[in-house]
Amino acid sequence: MATLSLRPCGDFRTSYRADTKIFDTPTSRWAMVGFLCALYGLVILPQAFPPLASLPVLRLFADGYALSLGIQVCYYAIAALGLNILVGFTGQISLGHAAFFGVGAFSSAWLNTRVGLPVLVCIPLAGLMSAAAGLLFGAPAARIKGLYLAIATLAAQFIIEDLFVRMDWFTGGSSGAMADTPMLGSFAFDNDARYFLLSLSFTIVLFVMAANLMRSRDGRAFVALRDHYLSAEVMGIALTRYRVMSFGIAAFYAGIGGALYGHYLMFVSAEAFTILLSIQFLGMIIIGGLGSVMGAMLGTIFMVALPEVMGAVIAALQTTQWGNRPAVINGLPFFREMAIGAAIILFLIFEPDGLAHRWRLIKTYWKLYPFSH
Amino acid sequence: MNGELLFQLLLNGVIVGTLYGVVAMCFVLIYKSTQVVNFAQGEFLLIGAWVCFSLLTDFQLPFVLGFLFTLVFMMAFGVLLQVVVLRPMIGEPIISVIMVTIGLSIFLRALVNWVFGQSARSFPKIFEAESVTIAGLNVEPAYLMSFAISIIIMIGFYYFFRYSRHGLAMRATAFDQQAAQSLGISVKRVFAMAWAISAMVSALAGVVMGMVNGVSSALSFVGIKVFPAVILGGLDSIIGAIVGGLIIGVLENGAEFVDGQYLHWGNMLTIAPFWVLIAILVIKPYGLFGTKKIERV
Repeated sequence: MATLSLRPCGDFRTSYRADTKIFDTPTSRWAMVGFLCALYGLVILPQAFPPLASLPVLRLFADGYALSLGIQVCYYAIAALGLNILVGFTGQISLGHAAFFGVGAFSSAWLNTRVGLPVLVCIPLAGLMSAAAGLLFGAPAARIKGLYLAIATLAAQFIIEDLFVRMDWFTGGSSGAMADTPMLGSFAFDNDARYFLLSLSFTIVLFVMAANLMRSRDGRAFVALRDHYLSAEVMGIALTRYRVMSFGIAAFYAGIGGALYGHYLMFVSAEAFTILLSIQFLGMIIIGGLGSVMGAMLGTIFMVALPEVMGAVIAALQTTQWGNRPAVINGLPFFREMAIGAAIILFLIFEPDGLAHRWRLIKTYWKLYPFSH
Repeated sequence: MNGELLFQLLLNGVIVGTLYGVVAMCFVLIYKSTQVVNFAQGEFLLIGAWVCFSLLTDFQLPFVLGFLFTLVFMMAFGVLLQVVVLRPMIGEPIISVIMVTIGLSIFLRALVNWVFGQSARSFPKIFEAESVTIAGLNVEPAYLMSFAISIIIMIGFYYFFRYSRHGLAMRATAFDQQAAQSLGISVKRVFAMAWAISAMVSALAGVVMGMVNGVSSALSFVGIKVFPAVILGGLDSIIGAIVGGLIIGVLENGAEFVDGQYLHWGNMLTIAPFWVLIAILVIKPYGLFGTKKIERV
């Protein structure tokens, strides 16, 4: 039964190669490939054959609103993954991730409208520009860590936010910057379904890159740094280099996420990149699971879905006597914010390893069923 | 060169700086005794100010009574937070502890904005509004009073830690938790006390700031402004907090002056402390009075 990919007695890895595999079993790999192909297919089908769009399941994939949530998940997940490389894998903390997200969005808009490069070239370049900003503001990380670093990145957040308003030539100042729709030849990604496919592709590439990074020498150095930095140094890992490097990588991911965000909204304004967004990014990786590539995705889905669920709950409440009070109806934006804070607190207290851990438990349950030990 | 304006701004800086110092002290108090960085410090101010405001206006209590109720409420609030939210986090990595207080700050701010509204309200006048002239400078009585209160709080802190039993217990806990526990100090109680005192004094500062500037959600930003002060003074030094608060208060008003007179960049008042913060962290991360942790490989 060895070829059957379920392993009833647990995982027995006999080689280093087997230990560093992204997917444990062929089944899980093909399941993931199949899932992604299905996702592409379900989005492309209603576009290619418009009559199909009215079918019950396909309606969801043709619907602008559901797709816009999907696009949100994509660009936030990319940025959250970057933050997870910094916080979850390297053990440094950043409260200024939204600022680098913003740098990416503005850079891409600037490269596109002022320099005149095609958007699909701008997006990776914006990632690089954002990485440069990340290296610059990550420089204090060479000297400080833990709490001090958290506060330094908090300062970076406010400074960069201020620069966004101040650097007129780059960001358009307080009036913001325009960003174009991406084009591939003469094919424009100009509706939600097309843009979703584009951002999904970026997401897949970047997630595979991150998963591979974590299997490489550099990725292991990051984890060693997190687990015990003194031991890591004794083992010959250049602390400063890797600390600053993880800032650069985190900012690169944030930059690409930001660029995708900018070209989706087609308008970038400094008000979007506040400390609240930074905290939301942190919330995503904590809810998803620190130090897990999968967790970054799960946490982002949770964080994007949370306000929607809150909205639905409020809408349901409004049909009852209790929920029809003006205080409840007007409180919706506040409930959403409160839900973010509450989710972070509750997850940290009751499920500190995040959704990725829960997912692992579910998998183990299936693997070991009906014996739980 | 506008000398009078400069002095006026510097005087404001000193007064606001003492208030920053008080809030920074509350921050240091919690950090020192419980090793928790409280990112929700600004929300304590906000809640204290709003509770006092609503007791005075909605319930028409006299000021002294309303103020006392506010302090009692904040004490209970601080203890409750510590027991419900922070106690499960003991022994967790620093990232988790930081994130819990950040989550708390978002939650509390949204809650307060929902309950009390987002628009700024001005406090009922408690002192006569005529301004006093000191050495040719106009000073509002509310400012003077806030200055006096800050000084009183600082002296109170000094005596509390120096002479009172609880103060000594707190210092012992801050120095070495295990040793303190083996000497019969209830570390749990000390933790709760640190949060209670911090919440109470923050509320006091919030009420004073509310009287001067009006009550609004902008008050919670003071919680973030406090970081430059605390880092400058050294994270675990009460005196450092006061000095840091004063320096940041004077500095931001100085920046405002330079900006208004010469540079015309705008927004220097809010952003200058953060530039200073980065500079301190790079040059002297342990601040002026902080304990330097030496690590040898």
